Amino acid sequence: MLDMLAAVGRGTFGFLSTIGTVALFAATALGHSVRPPFYWRNFIRQCIDIGYFSLPVVALTAIFSGMVLALQSYTGFARFSAEGAVATVVVLSMTRELGPVLAGLMVAGRIGAAMAAEIGTMRVTDQIDALTTLSTNPFKYLVVPRLVAGTLMLPLLVLVADILGVMGGFLVGTAKLGFNSGAYMARTWEYLEAEDVVSGLVKAAVFGFLVALMGCYHGYRSRGGAQGVGAATTNAVVSASILILIFNYIITELFFAR
Amino acid sequence: MSAPAPAAPMPAAPMPAAPADTPPPKIRVRGLTKRFGPKLVLDALDLDLPARHSLVVIGGSGSGKSVLIKCILGLIEPDEGAIEIDGRNVLAMSREEREAVNAHMGMLFQAGALFDSLPVWENVCFGLLAKNEIGRCAAREKAVEILSRVGLTPDVAALYPAELSGGMQKRVALARAIAAQPDIIFFDEPTTGLDPIMGAIIDSLIVDCVRRLGATAFSITHDMASAKRIADSVAMIFKGKIIWRGPSAEIDHPGNPYVEQFVKGQKDGPIQMEVRR
Repeated sequence: MLDMLAAVGRGTFGFLSTIGTVALFAATALGHSVRPPFYWRNFIRQCIDIGYFSLPVVALTAIFSGMVLALQSYTGFARFSAEGAVATVVVLSMTRELGPVLAGLMVAGRIGAAMAAEIGTMRVTDQIDALTTLSTNPFKYLVVPRLVAGTLMLPLLVLVADILGVMGGFLVGTAKLGFNSGAYMARTWEYLEAEDVVSGLVKAAVFGFLVALMGCYHGYRSRGGAQGVGAATTNAVVSASILILIFNYIITELFFAR
Repeated sequence: MSAPAPAAPMPAAPMPAAPADTPPPKIRVRGLTKRFGPKLVLDALDLDLPARHSLVVIGGSGSGKSVLIKCILGLIEPDEGAIEIDGRNVLAMSREEREAVNAHMGMLFQAGALFDSLPVWENVCFGLLAKNEIGRCAAREKAVEILSRVGLTPDVAALYPAELSGGMQKRVALARAIAAQPDIIFFDEPTTGLDPIMGAIIDSLIVDCVRRLGATAFSITHDMASAKRIADSVAMIFKGKIIWRGPSAEIDHPGNPYVEQFVKGQKDGPIQMEVRR
């Protein structure tokens, strides 16, 4: 019994200690993000990597999600003669939930893993120590550009995902389900409010920050060669994905629970 | 389970007092202590390194050599003690002040630690570019010039570290270490992983670069041939303390059983290696 309690206690302390370490890591990075020097080349490189090179995977995910959503909601709503709500369901689902969550998860898999692997490899091959000996702060050089780029680029990706998702629903709605294109677009705009899009973009910014934070944190703290880098990569993706789902609920609660 | 070696009497570290007219050492270490959990890695270590002097610290694996060099560079925070560089205690400095001190230091890492996402020329001039001391075009020209000093041709400048052999990577790492014309250069196992001929070439480049810059050199190694080539004096670290120090010419006849066993690579002697059973 005591052994079990001790194990629970150790686990709890470990969990709280990890939260504290991550919070300190984030606070240190944020502190450095407002103090020069700024490494603009690294920032632009990260923007291209996160924003531009993630476009294909996010676009494909969004367009097919929109198509499936239109199809599923049509067949479901047909049971109580509410097929007319398909366009509204597609646009609200995409802007509020599916756009940011799916883009966040895709970017976590693509970018979070890459960040953890790159920074982790730099850690275990002394490249981060080399930065310090060259009078370059590793937080400013490696972490800050990634965090800022992640926070700024994911909303742009989600904006594209929203448009493509709605377009996917429109294609299925008009080409397969027989909706009139003008009527479909009118229903799309009819119930869409600025808050729907803004909440999605806020979620995207938070998710972008979390993905970059987890990638940098796990990479920066990786130890023990190739195995350590592998573990850091896995941890970065898993923790970013879980945090995306948790913060998705929290932000939804903040915006829509009345 | 670790089986500790039987305790052997250790000679006291010779630390002669400096004459009154002697200038302060470039690096002065006093009472440096570092523990990792229960393991005492540095045990109140004292060390002086005069300016323009090349000191090689030798010692077995796990004796504390790398921890010592990392403490001096500010990569590891010691538990106790003082480290003075040019008479200023670097442990009491802010991060910005410490970065300014590091700007006058160069470091050659054991495995090179070249930035694999950057081409060779950017690696070489990284410190200068990071401090905005030089534009990118000028940096490329400067890198070619520095590379020529370590025997590399201009075409190497455009390559990435992964495209280079081990010896070439070491030369590029040396070029990076000397690019900012540092006052102090640290060498961590400079010949590890190289064949004897390439090791001798790297050693002669190190000696040449250090002399040309008029720099102070601090090296750690367990390659005795390399130590003899690059050192003015040699110190041996054992169980976290400096137990012997003398001119490199005396290293073959140190008059210290610990050093003698280490230099000759003898299995039997006062040093008992810790083994896991």
